Formats: sequence, structure tokens, C-alpha cells
Amino acid sequence: MYAYDNYDQAMVDARVAEFRDQTRRRLDGSLSEEKFRPLRLQNGLYLQLHAYMLRVAVPYGTLSGAQMRVLGDIADKYDRGYGHFTTRQNIQYNWIQLKDAPDILADLAKVEMHAIQTSGNCIRNISSDQYAGATADEIIDPRPYAELLRQWSSFHPEFLHLPRKFKICVIAAETDRAAMRLHDIGIRIVRNDAGEIGCAFYVGGGMGRTPMIAPLINAFVPLDHLITYSEACLRVYNRHGRRDNKYKARIKILVHELGAEEYTRQVEEEFAHLQTQGLEPPLAELARIATHFADPAFETGLPDEIDLTNPQFAKWVKTNTATHKAPGYAIATISLKPIGGIPGDASADQIRLMADLSRDYSFDESRVTHAQNIVLPHVRKQDLYALWQKLEAAGLATANLDDITDIIACPGLDYCSLANARSIPVAQKIAERFAANDRATLLGELKLKISGCINACGHHHAGHIGILGVDRKGTENYQLLLGGSEGADTSLAQITGPGFDEDGIVEAIDRATNLYLAERAPDERFLDTYRRLGMAPFKAAIYSKEPA
Amino acid sequence: MKIITGNDLATGAVVWWTGTEWSPHVDDAADTHDAAPIIAAEEAARRVNGAYAIDASQTPEGIRPAHIKDRVRALGGPTVRLDLSLKPADPAAANWVL
Repeated sequence: MYAYDNYDQAMVDARVAEFRDQTRRRLDGSLSEEKFRPLRLQNGLYLQLHAYMLRVAVPYGTLSGAQMRVLGDIADKYDRGYGHFTTRQNIQYNWIQLKDAPDILADLAKVEMHAIQTSGNCIRNISSDQYAGATADEIIDPRPYAELLRQWSSFHPEFLHLPRKFKICVIAAETDRAAMRLHDIGIRIVRNDAGEIGCAFYVGGGMGRTPMIAPLINAFVPLDHLITYSEACLRVYNRHGRRDNKYKARIKILVHELGAEEYTRQVEEEFAHLQTQGLEPPLAELARIATHFADPAFETGLPDEIDLTNPQFAKWVKTNTATHKAPGYAIATISLKPIGGIPGDASADQIRLMADLSRDYSFDESRVTHAQNIVLPHVRKQDLYALWQKLEAAGLATANLDDITDIIACPGLDYCSLANARSIPVAQKIAERFAANDRATLLGELKLKISGCINACGHHHAGHIGILGVDRKGTENYQLLLGGSEGADTSLAQITGPGFDEDGIVEAIDRATNLYLAERAPDERFLDTYRRLGMAPFKAAIYSKEPA
Repeated sequence: MKIITGNDLATGAVVWWTGTEWSPHVDDAADTHDAAPIIAAEEAARRVNGAYAIDASQTPEGIRPAHIKDRVRALGGPTVRLDLSLKPADPAAANWVL
């Protein structure tokens, strides 16, 4: 894992001191809310429905045991005993008091964490593959490059006041587990025909009210031009992005309106200019960063066999573990989606337990996923049963990764001041409905995602089944979408038709999944069947007047 | 009726204007038709943040904000964690929001 050097620590400590002074001045009246608001937002402090909410950055989703432990302690000490892991691989606290915020940032700084650039029109937390450094299907560990981008984008003076927020994702695996093409810039590290490693740049993706899949604008940028090319992409956006209309200000609108070809032409022109400016950090710096991400000391000669005589454990192994690059190891996902629970929430005790488990079983490392789960990236297969027993005892062993009960849900109207409808109760009802009789297992992989408003924090556009909560004359209403995907086969879900109330949306999903079960070909996922059959039969089933 | 709500500046807690001070309970809210000077004075005094006036109605069960968002705020916590709300002992409290 990356460890701060003196510069990193000094920057974060200075920011804590600045914010402590700003908060003091706000509370004594020296600063108005108008002046203070952008300052608190630059430190991740929002005012939500019930209280202040603090969003803490988890760079590319990676946490040490000590960091995870402090996240649990903050939940107890300053919040109401829990935290919420988000679809941006971050964590949010929902009940923060303004007077405590500087102390929280100071606690975070002690473990090399902060909340800087988790809000505002700047480059946000860099996201990445939760299996980075552990999976066999990547060509290189993407995290050193994500870290380089983090350092470049932190306090970058040119990009702190962009037309809108800006999200970058870096992956290096064949399988996209990070919704890469639904970011403002998606970078896939690739190998060319000559065997050289470089970056494929996808620019202009995103969800929100105008979802778009990022087009490929350059199939191969040499790795030693990563920062310069990123800077060129940002510069063209910063120059031409719409600042007159918030709803047209994201880079996806610029790329769409200019056309990918013209946007690319301008980026290449800017890139040619920037190459004369010596912007790229020396390769020695990248090499220095990469040393922090060297493989842990994997043992050799470990057994690959796992005793699967316990059926519940066997199901968890089948569902929640993935192939590791090192023999005798597995990648284990801790589901934060207990049936009937709140997606992404974890109690302070659970967070501290996950810290202990990462220390004891995963080289002191864990990852936050965009699907609001936690990954232990390096677990010896011979330790899986002991790990599972401890997770089971803490309510963290739900075996539902990527099934219909592993629901991504934004906080919705239960917490969020932007939301139009509640997301969490809908997620709970769906999970309870499909967990009954283990119907979720029968359905197989089925990614269901719920957003409580058009801003799409719950990624509904990318759900095999998506749900969008809207305000219909003062009451909650839910639109159903089908056919989205955030993976290698990225697609945007389409609305089925008129919306439903809370019970109606659960019934509609029941009907859609019944059709899938009746029509699926061997080995077809829900998404595959939808793509083969198209919307029409699903729509007919969903809106049928016949009893289900 | 018109009532005023906001968040306590220091704690962020949801509060309602009673006519003389701020209360965490919506039922304490006063019918207030000239909200602007009150909001300006209270924000200037740093007692509240982000205050705004809303429509509400007086019902047999108490004061009911017109919009669901403000009813969620009046509950004092999420409908899915009533233990964190102002009515932790009422299992049906979420129904009032809907």
C-alpha cells in the first residue's frame, strides 16, 4: 500500500489546520454560510436532510487495517455507530456535528486519510478495480498509476474549479469491475502488439441525468505520458466545458456536442503542446510509488483444496470468492448486503472487525468496491473457513455477490437532500422477496441498482435491472429500467414504461424475472436473455393485467 | 399553514421555529407567514443554517409538512432506522411519513 511521504503528510496536516480555523470562524460568525459552504464542501462536509454528512476519500478503494479501524472508531466517537460505504469506493458518515469535523479530519490525517476533493467541481477520488494486485486477469497492477493520478490531481491549481465534478477510473484487467466507461475519463492499461504497456483513454462517460458510455479516443498512450495526456483531456474540457448550464457542464456533454473526433483532435493538439512543457513526472517517481504496491510475501506450497462439507460455507466460497493470481490464495468479498439490511452500511464493530480480519487474513489490506462491499484481496484458501466463521458470527457472511439481493442503493430520501424517493426500503423489500426460497440463487447473476433521483448515485443506468425513484405529484414513484451493464459489455438500461409505487415495483421485478426463468437458454444470465429477446416481451409481462 | 425549518448550525440537527426559538419537534412549529425576516435574523445570529419556509397542515395527529422530504426530516431520522428517529418506540412511525 502507498505510504505518505513528508509532502503528502504536510499537505493533509495543513488542510486540517486550515479547516479548523475556518470552522472556528464560521461558528463565531466571522464567516457567513455563503463563504463557508465552498470551504466545507472542499473538505467533504455536506449538509444533508438530518445533519451534516462527511464523505471520506478512500483512494482507489484501498485501506490498511489501521485505516479501517479508525473508520470504525470515527463512527463510534463522532457519529451514531455506523458508516455507509458508497458507490465511489468511499465512506460517508451521516450524523456529523460541525464542531467535530476538524477533529475527525485530524484523526483521519493520523492514518494518512482525508476528505479533500470528495465534493465540488474538481477531480474526485480516483477509482479502480477492487481486485487490483490480486487477480490473474490483469496485465499490471493499476494502483501505482491511480496513485500517480491522485497525487497529480490533488490541489491541482488548474483543475480545482472545473465546469463540473470529474471522475477518473484506472483498470488493468480484461474484466471491467469498476464501471470504467461510465467515468469522465476511463483508463484501461493495455499491452500493444509490440508488447509495450500503455493506456487506452475513454473520455466522456457518466451516469446522472444524461447517461453516456465513454468513447475510446486514444487506444494507446505510452505509460510515460499518462499525466500529460490526462492534463490535455482536462485542459480541453476546462476550456470549452459549459459553465452556463449545470446540467450540460459535464465532459460527456462536451464530447457529445463536439463529437469524439473533434474533441480528440483538440486533445491531441494540446497534448503535442504539453509535451514541450515537461509536465510528466520523472519515471523515478512512478518507480518510487510502485515499490509501495509490490506483492506481499505470498507463501508457496499452500494447498488449493478447500473442505466444502459445510453447505453454507460452500455456497459462500462459490459466490463470494474469486480466483487469485497466487496458488493457494483467494480473493474474498465481504457482502454488506444482509437480507433486509441497508446496502453499504456497516456498524462500528463490523468495521473494526473487518480491520482485524484484513490484518489476520489478508496482509493488512482491504478494498471498498463500487458495489458497496468490502474485499479482502489476499486470503489463504486454508484460512477461508475460519474467516467465514468470523464473518458469519458478525452478520457479514451473506453469500450473495452479484445476485439480485446484492443491490447497489444510494441513501435516497432517507438521508439525501437531493433525492426524490427512498431507495433503501425498496432494496430491502426486493432482497426479502428474492431471498425467500433461495430464488436469488436460482436467478444467478443479476445486478440490480437503485437511485433515489436522476443524479444516479445508485448507478441505475448500469443495472441489469435499474430502478429510478422520482417525485410524482408529491409521492414516491419508481421507474423500472432493463438491460444496463457496467462491465466489459457496457450498456445503458432502458425504461420499461410507466412507473410504480413501492409495492408495484417489487411486483414488476417479480414478473420480469419470471419471464427470464421461463425463457432463458442454458447458461444465459438475465441480461443475456433480455438482450436476446429485447424489451417487448418483458414489457408485456411487466404490464400484463393477468395475475402474476 | 406556513412553518419554518432549518438545521442547527453547530450540530446540524433538524429544527423547527416555534415563534421564539427552535425545537427538534415539528409539533412545536408555529404558523409563520412572514418567514424572511425571521430566517435572516436567526441565520445572522448563527442559531440555524439553511432555513426555509414550507407548507404544512394541522391534523389530529399534529402538524404535517406538505412534502415528503420535510416529513422525513420531521421524523428526525431515516424511515429505515427508526431507532435513530425521534420516535424510536413507535414501529409504525414510518407510515406517518408516507
